[in-house]
Amino acid sequence: MRLSWFNTISLTLGFAFLYLPMVILVIYSFNESKLVTVWAGFSTKWYGELLKNEEFLDAAWVTIRVAAMSSTLATVLGTLAAYVLVRAGRFAGRTLFSGMIYAPLVMPEVITGLSLLLLFIGLDIDRGVMTIVLAHTTFSMCYVSVVVSSRLASFDTSLEEAALDLGASPFTAFFLVTLPIIAPAVIAGWLLAFTLSLDDLVIASFTTGPSATTLPIKIFSAVRLGVSPEINALSTLMIVVVTVGVIVASLVTKRAAVARAREELAVERS
Amino acid sequence: MYRRLLIAVPYLWLLLLFLVPFGIVLKISLSDLALARPPYLPQIDVSKGWEGFANFLSGLDFENYVWLTGDDLYWKAYLSSLRIAAISTVLTLLVGYPLAYGMARAPREWQPTLVMLVILPFWTSFLIRVYAWIGILSTEGYLNQFLMSVGIIDIPLKILNTNTAVYIGIVYTYLPFMVLPIYAALERLDGSLLEAAEDLGSSRAGAFWLITWPLSRPGVVAGCFLVFIPVIGEFVIPSLLGGSGTLMIGKVLWEEFFSNRDWPVASAVAIVLLLILVIPIVLFQRNEDRAREAER
Repeated sequence: MRLSWFNTISLTLGFAFLYLPMVILVIYSFNESKLVTVWAGFSTKWYGELLKNEEFLDAAWVTIRVAAMSSTLATVLGTLAAYVLVRAGRFAGRTLFSGMIYAPLVMPEVITGLSLLLLFIGLDIDRGVMTIVLAHTTFSMCYVSVVVSSRLASFDTSLEEAALDLGASPFTAFFLVTLPIIAPAVIAGWLLAFTLSLDDLVIASFTTGPSATTLPIKIFSAVRLGVSPEINALSTLMIVVVTVGVIVASLVTKRAAVARAREELAVERS
Repeated sequence: MYRRLLIAVPYLWLLLLFLVPFGIVLKISLSDLALARPPYLPQIDVSKGWEGFANFLSGLDFENYVWLTGDDLYWKAYLSSLRIAAISTVLTLLVGYPLAYGMARAPREWQPTLVMLVILPFWTSFLIRVYAWIGILSTEGYLNQFLMSVGIIDIPLKILNTNTAVYIGIVYTYLPFMVLPIYAALERLDGSLLEAAEDLGSSRAGAFWLITWPLSRPGVVAGCFLVFIPVIGEFVIPSLLGGSGTLMIGKVLWEEFFSNRDWPVASAVAIVLLLILVIPIVLFQRNEDRAREAER
């Protein structure tokens, strides 16, 4: 099938709209001039400045720590929650449980942030890295459980039952049978939780204290004063990291899918 | 035994960190502002037992909600958030539908790559994607430089810090949420239906309105809700791209809390916002359920 002129134009314009702003951002991060909108020759000096800026480096370190801790915790809790939703059958308060899984997905961030801050103040907890981790874990575990539960719902329970019949404990059956099968969804959930945490400005602003500033909070306060070449350089680095990450992840899952298809084909033939 | 423990861990986590905080917001929204820390009254006096609880209950009232209806700022902000969300949803649909249509009509082997290209920006920082537009739309920005060098305009346009900039920012950042459900609906469309319509004498445009549009409608509805619902409570876009004239309730709540330090009013603003959101969320759920049944 060939593309009509209409479709060619809508694809070109659509993708230009999606990518041009980021391309411009990347190009101007190599601008010599301090004035961001005037091109004054190629230079990588803003990257050097960025690496010397300790405030940004500290904020980046805090952000990565928060993202690593909260996404791991969220993956464990979210997988558990998905397992409960799909496999535990009926129990008292099930409706409330599934409501609490789906509600944070549509809750405006300002409300989630406000309510968690009021909780931490009510319990008199010192705010900092740990409170951001708790907040991020809570909303990203819901995303993880949605991703994992769709995978859990679609796979054949007879495999688990066979393991149980052959004498495995439910615990062993989960780790030997269920977990390897849902692993791609669990990994995807972890990646999603990690990026959600890296990205979050609003909830982190509410739940942090003076001791911990994350990168988005730092960027937000810098950006409010206008465009700066350092922020352009930082944005470029983040865009590169994410792009490489997504491409690698998609290649890995593609290879896994090809390998699985080959295995199934071999089983059919034998 | 195992099963109970399995259920209890995520259950208790969500109770403590989702439901209880929400209850606290509700409670504070019914309290009075006090010049103390925490800055609201009454508080439950646990040492007095039931009597303390009764005193606490009698101290609650709807004063903050009455205050919200009395001050123009709040209901104007709610209305303006709804209007901005509605207009930007329509704009996102106008930009997103042709893109989704083009993707669904592209050669099969391109399609996974095109889908990935739509998702990729979603993984990069939201803040950075909004920030990218500041440089483009400002008075000395790239757009004005371009338009002036081509000779379309003589005086730079003021776009940044207006509602126009907010619309552009919303369309840009929420576009994947609109494109993906529409693409999913169009991709399943059976091409032979269109051929049949054309064989029977229908024009291309006629075939589109009679077949493609109705069959893609569940995707369009889902996409519209996925944009409309989160935009109502949006904070980052109006505060970076909008100006002093841009009223959105997410920004009002933020300022009420961080600048005015009026926690009871901020909490009441949050509760009313949630009540407003319940309507589109329920409609969205119903649309999803209907689509799922239609698939069976």
